[in-house]
Amino acid sequence: MTAGAMWRGGGILALLAAAAAFPLVFTNPLVTSYGVYAMIFAAAAGAWNIFSGFSGYISLGNAVFFGSGAYAVGIAARDWHMSGLAVFGLLPLAAAVAAVISVPFGLVALRVRRHTFIVVTIAVFFIFQLMAYNFPFTGGSSGLSAPFLNWRAATYNNPFYYIALAAAAGTTALAWLIRRSRFGLQLRAIRDDEDRARGLGVRPMPVKLAAFTVSAIITGLAGGLWFYFITQVQPPSAFDPLFDLSIAVMAFLGGVGTVPGPVLGALLIEPGQLYLTQRFTNGYLSEILLGVLFLLVILLLPRGIIPAGSEKITAWRARRDRRAPAGAAGRDAGAGTAAGPPGATAQAAAAGPAERRQPPPPGGGAGAAGGRAP
Amino acid sequence: MAREIYQAIADGILAGGVYALMAAGLTLIFGVLDIINIAQGILVVLGAYLSYALLTRLHIGLFAGLLITVPAMFVLGVAIQWAFIRPLRGSERTSMTLLVTFAVALIAEGTLYEIFGPDYVQLRSAYVTRSVHLPGFYLPDIYLLGFAMAVLLVLALYVLLYRTRFGRSVRATMQDETAARLIGINVNRVAALTFGIGVAVTAAGGMVYGATGGGFNPNSGYDLISRLLAIIILGGLGSIGGALAASVFMLTLESVVDIWSPSWAIAVFYAALIVVLVVRPAGFLGRKGVRAQ
Amino acid sequence: MTALLRADGIAKAFGGVQALSGCTLEVSRGSVAGLIGPNGSGKTTLFNVITGYERADAGEVTLGGEVITNAPPDKIFARGIGRTFQLTRIFARLTVLENMLVPARRQAAGRWRNPLAGAGLRAGSPERRRAMELLDFTGIAGHAGALAGSLSYGQRKLLELACVLMADPAVILLDEPAGGVNPPLAERIAERIRELNAGGTTFLIVEHNMEFVMGLCSRVTVMDSGAVITAGPPGIIRNDPRVLGAYLGGGLEDGESGDDATAP
Repeated sequence: MTAGAMWRGGGILALLAAAAAFPLVFTNPLVTSYGVYAMIFAAAAGAWNIFSGFSGYISLGNAVFFGSGAYAVGIAARDWHMSGLAVFGLLPLAAAVAAVISVPFGLVALRVRRHTFIVVTIAVFFIFQLMAYNFPFTGGSSGLSAPFLNWRAATYNNPFYYIALAAAAGTTALAWLIRRSRFGLQLRAIRDDEDRARGLGVRPMPVKLAAFTVSAIITGLAGGLWFYFITQVQPPSAFDPLFDLSIAVMAFLGGVGTVPGPVLGALLIEPGQLYLTQRFTNGYLSEILLGVLFLLVILLLPRGIIPAGSEKITAWRARRDRRAPAGAAGRDAGAGTAAGPPGATAQAAAAGPAERRQPPPPGGGAGAAGGRAP
Repeated sequence: MAREIYQAIADGILAGGVYALMAAGLTLIFGVLDIINIAQGILVVLGAYLSYALLTRLHIGLFAGLLITVPAMFVLGVAIQWAFIRPLRGSERTSMTLLVTFAVALIAEGTLYEIFGPDYVQLRSAYVTRSVHLPGFYLPDIYLLGFAMAVLLVLALYVLLYRTRFGRSVRATMQDETAARLIGINVNRVAALTFGIGVAVTAAGGMVYGATGGGFNPNSGYDLISRLLAIIILGGLGSIGGALAASVFMLTLESVVDIWSPSWAIAVFYAALIVVLVVRPAGFLGRKGVRAQ
Repeated sequence: MTALLRADGIAKAFGGVQALSGCTLEVSRGSVAGLIGPNGSGKTTLFNVITGYERADAGEVTLGGEVITNAPPDKIFARGIGRTFQLTRIFARLTVLENMLVPARRQAAGRWRNPLAGAGLRAGSPERRRAMELLDFTGIAGHAGALAGSLSYGQRKLLELACVLMADPAVILLDEPAGGVNPPLAERIAERIRELNAGGTTFLIVEHNMEFVMGLCSRVTVMDSGAVITAGPPGIIRNDPRVLGAYLGGGLEDGESGDDATAP
């Protein structure tokens, strides 16, 4: 294992430990509730990123899965008379319901071009909101309530927090796995040039649908958890356009298409969002401020924190290396750098007939950088 | 029963004309700037509120008020495009524009709530209560006038696009932005002005919307944008004629379905959208050469 | 030699424009075939039909006797046809190496592969070795870690070619491989083609650069206004008055010599 990988692994473990210790250190339930929401949204934003970030198809309909997961848990808990810890066992049901919905949804929506796709996701979102209002089993506009949990108030949030943390961590790990896998490469190729990817043997529909369903499953699970946490669900809160906007902005803030980006974005934005809604309880000013916040995020930091940060680091490294030319060969080119060493082009052009199919020199320097996922 | 249906069809066609106006603006913006302006719905509502404010506070009539609201919304549109959309760059531009318009919609909605509150209001005037009586139908004046205005404005849009130099610039930019730039078209100006026009027509549409349709509040923006989006997809992104056809068709369909099931009538929009997309992904009059991904 | 790739009577119209009418073209196994014609003659459209990017209104495309007309691009690729594009296309936001690893490997159907299996980026994986070999072959191995979008035009062309080679296709369709590149680079590309051809790969090349075509191809098909006007060895083609007429638009005027036709 390289030194870099060890540092990264250690850093991740430290972060996880800190996250796990969070509710033990900050025992104020208000603070831990922020943590629960932040983790739920981290999972949801990560799920959004797994599909939309990697494939480039912007979905504004993930609330469909979130709300469906919430309602699934609510309806099942009500009809099967469940309560207490058993309700957590319904979370897989939420995930399954979301998965089942995502297949026909995806089959219709993924056949069309990107702009139309966005609109289709919005349309399906409104359909689901409409259904929630009108179907008999969803409780109409008053919605559903969660079964009563008689836990101690002081540590009420904690189980929710840990489950949400596990969801967020799991989603991030999955995103990492996907990004370095063949599946992820195909997704990203589809993002850059879907037609050409086809010409190279990639089959877009199965790839896109798989990512779409994965995204749905996680979001549905998050929705189920969320419902149980806030103990009630109604159509406008379960299917909330703001949810769709928020998770997209979170992913963009942190860095869309990166692995840690959405989590970072969620951890930054969600507490802010909560604070605004609670501070301005008459509701409307918070909406304005939230809109302004989102506008600023998109206008001022379009590439996201992680990519911008990694560019700064690479530029810093390049400056440092220029000042110390010894050992510049085999320097880490960095995954995000612009054009490789300028000498290479001249070399390549001059090599001419000497180049045949030969195995590359062992441990080719530039190649090592290709494997680093941001 | 038959009379109800005919009435519903008549209502639908008339309403369709008005929606066509709002959808035309939206599809024009898409065609030229390649962006989906999610804020269009709330901007219609803003237009309605502006007419409302002029009517109730300054007692300026509905149609007269348009002389103020339409230019005002035009300026607003240009300002939004210039301040929030033009600066966006980079490979994620399309997605970011989407989110920006969404954020603008959020701000607009919150502002309207703050100023006007959540209560439903309606534009009341003689136009709304008077109606033309034909054997078997009531055709409210406002609908007729609104429809006539919508038709006029859509025609005006056509003239603008196909008979003026500016219109040529717009169509050139629609087809190929880079090429347009290369022949000296100020693409930024075209973009800003087009967005302004797209928003200005919502002022007109908003006024009629506010006078018909049984009341509105800031939340109505969502309902509107979902319909408008369905309409422009059905009509084909970028096609104004398609927007017209789709509006009339969808509103008529909804109006007829509404006789049986008011709460599900809106669903016809989505159902039609999905059916059409499964059968013909480009929509009715899909513009050929919709920009590559 | 047998015809490996054959397009028979292909017709294609876009709205009112008849882009292709009754095109027939044959490429023998193991040869390097050329396809030339003035701009707008339908060469790229024919490519698009053969490779599944456009549907043919009429006609048939066969590969090694198997009919592949109107098959989707991914199936065409799986059958062993690769292509490059007139306007060079690469995956700009992937690194050069990642670009190389996108093409699906042709493998026995029905074998289940772990979807989360690595992309082949790990040092030592066979895919990566082959990718680096091909990058070496085209001379851009030094840029393996760079984003493809940062490559120069000529480098992108090389990348596009290298990418197509990953799956070792039997037939490669090149759309203007020497378009817009300087003569030394064009010569290098021609050499690579010769080497690959010596190894058994069949080529069909669209080009405007006459020297390039005449120096490389054993048989040249000429198109004009959507139809094939003639085909044959380059030496005959270059002097055919119909070909000259197609390029110069209307046949030779008095006093013009046939040499003018060799200028692109």
